[in-house]
Amino acid sequence: MKKKALLAAVAAAALVAALAACSSSGGGGTSTSSKATNCTNKIVVKSAPVVTVWAWYPNMAKVVDNFNNGHKDVQVCWTNVGQGGDEYNKVQTAISAGKGLPDVVMLEADHLTAYEIQGALVDISKYGADSVKSNFSAGAWKDVSQGSSVYAAPVDGGPMALIYRTDVFKKYGITTPPTTWAEYAADAAKVKAAGGPAFGDLGANVPAVQMALQIQKGATPFQYDLSDPKKLTIKLNDQASKDVLDYWAGLVKAKEIGTQDQFTTDYISGVVNGKYATYVSAAWAPGYLTGAGVGKGASSGVWAVAPLPQWDTANPVSVNWGGSAFAVTSQATNKANAAKVALGLYADPASLADGWKNQIIFPLNQGVLTSQEFIDNKSEFFSGQTANKDVYIPAENAYKGFTYSPITVYYYAQLQAETAKINAGKITGSQAADELQANIVKYAQGQGFTVTQ
Amino acid sequence: MANAPAITATAPRSARAADGGKKRRPGGRRRGAIGWMFIAPFAVVFLVFLVAPLAYAFYLSLYTKGLATGTTFAGIDNYTKAFTDPSFLNGVWFVVRFALVLIPVQMAVSLAVALVLDAITTRFARFSRLMIFLPYAIPAVIGALMWGFLYSPTFGPLAQIFGIFHAAAPFPLSPDNVFGGLMNVVTWQWAGYYMIIIYAALQGIDPSIYEAARIDGASAWQVAFRIKVPLVSSALVLILVFALIGTLQFFTEPSILAPSANWSITPDFTPNIYAYNQAFSYANFNYASAISFALGIIVFIAVYIFLFATRKRGSILS
Repeated sequence: MKKKALLAAVAAAALVAALAACSSSGGGGTSTSSKATNCTNKIVVKSAPVVTVWAWYPNMAKVVDNFNNGHKDVQVCWTNVGQGGDEYNKVQTAISAGKGLPDVVMLEADHLTAYEIQGALVDISKYGADSVKSNFSAGAWKDVSQGSSVYAAPVDGGPMALIYRTDVFKKYGITTPPTTWAEYAADAAKVKAAGGPAFGDLGANVPAVQMALQIQKGATPFQYDLSDPKKLTIKLNDQASKDVLDYWAGLVKAKEIGTQDQFTTDYISGVVNGKYATYVSAAWAPGYLTGAGVGKGASSGVWAVAPLPQWDTANPVSVNWGGSAFAVTSQATNKANAAKVALGLYADPASLADGWKNQIIFPLNQGVLTSQEFIDNKSEFFSGQTANKDVYIPAENAYKGFTYSPITVYYYAQLQAETAKINAGKITGSQAADELQANIVKYAQGQGFTVTQ
Repeated sequence: MANAPAITATAPRSARAADGGKKRRPGGRRRGAIGWMFIAPFAVVFLVFLVAPLAYAFYLSLYTKGLATGTTFAGIDNYTKAFTDPSFLNGVWFVVRFALVLIPVQMAVSLAVALVLDAITTRFARFSRLMIFLPYAIPAVIGALMWGFLYSPTFGPLAQIFGIFHAAAPFPLSPDNVFGGLMNVVTWQWAGYYMIIIYAALQGIDPSIYEAARIDGASAWQVAFRIKVPLVSSALVLILVFALIGTLQFFTEPSILAPSANWSITPDFTPNIYAYNQAFSYANFNYASAISFALGIIVFIAVYIFLFATRKRGSILS
């Protein structure tokens, strides 16, 4: 009897151990080597030192070739390890492991702080960053700096605007695109009442948009300064944040907007087939939509863009979603060469022109922003609209920069979960904000931050 | 499972020792060394790839690392945190509920199919057996991706079928339906495999027992439920343990379906997914290790209770 019980215990332990082994083999996914052995691109000058780069720009192959053809002293070995979250998981794991990072990595500004506090990024101000500072606006430079330290070379920004379908607007009698969020809601109700498609979409998987829209109303989600790294101010449930979340929750509840995760195949198919009248998005969106197949066939020639609706037209606020920069990692073997790549890659006129003409990037380089060709460009995706002059350049010029927290990944995950609850009709926007605040404060305290609420 | 080769490798030695009884021949120790050499390949793999990672994970779980504080010794803090963490507990509650519903369904399906296939012996039976086993031959990731498309409200067949009746198709991965949606995928994937195990056990039964039963006047139903099922009960216990452990460690299908699930599969959906995200998204390797160990403890207790409860009915151990 006792022996059997013991045997059962031993067998159970063995089974658990065996299956634990099975499952753990499925988990790890970071086999990417930082060695310059499997580049996606060709190395032109074989004798030059090689700098490894992770990046996901859709036209990166051209950009890398432009760089390698133009440089004899250093060459780029580029790999695309995934876009956004996929890459950040790999970056974070490589930081924790202490090896495996490339020399240069493409990052969005909202993720820089988390890596800075872990000492994973190199201050490139002494490697030549200061000499290109004058090429960028103060807001763009602020997003990549902490005091006098510079942790990445900015490439593109994401001034937000309202992309809309002219065919849907025309069909439901909307003559001018909404300029305020109140008008936006009124138009949404009008289209819904006439049996039209969803006016917009509250995707749970684009938390950066939610954050930007809250900031637009006057919220300051985080205050953080790397010079005092343990102090973090978190204000996620102030009135502005609650108002914005309640606004979107109201539209969802009235079934006037969709609740589909964005950039999924279902969403893109909906965008192509006119299931959404508007798309609140950034300047780089047309390029990514084109890449996904939007703007062809049934959905060609129907797109236009207007400035982002405002809460208070007397005091318009410009916000940003995404846009990326190249950072040099502290695991880089030759930091001077890596900094040369970070500052030079995607900074030559040919690459920048290819990027902005396809609307994959909204360049931050003033040389491009002030060029007559860029200002007067007639966007193909927007049927010849001078989108840069009318919408995006004013939006970018009015952008003042955000302050990001060092716990962005966790904050975004929680914001996504709360948005999903709003979309499921389980909670109101205010409740979501309160839950979020409690949750993030607890997490930040667990990470050792002194939290001010 | 893992210690099976070790038992076979050492069995002759222990048998001989029992035979030899008291008089120990010289050179017994050398033979012992030879025996160890035979199990060395297994032992090395076992130690390097199983014991060492487990020990390292346990070591990690005793520390805590904060972004602002660095690594400090935490003792069992991570474990007390895990067992009071609603994310972890909800995940555990989900997989327990999932196991309670899934395992009976899976066993009923696989047992029914195995009994039917055992009863008929046409060419059609052989073809069906292969077809039912086929989903198991499809890698779990590809199977899950495929179901992701079948479930899609835009591309999937559901949308077209409901479209005929001008009704809105249900989304099997919506927050309310995700339980059933995943249940369907897992049953589809594993029922064939369990069917083969039961079927093999059925093939091992001496046909003369059926003959005797029929002479005694037993009907086909009685043969199936009074003779066949009791005789394959050890196989049933085996697949139950497999299913129990597999379900408590649920990971692959939900993590593959998550991107198309419109956020009804959250980063703390099951304990394993939670541990994965803690480690690879939030860089909390210490807490992830603690969650993994806490889950291991729960699985161990569950399996132990189960094996203890079924020990009388010809368990896999005796």
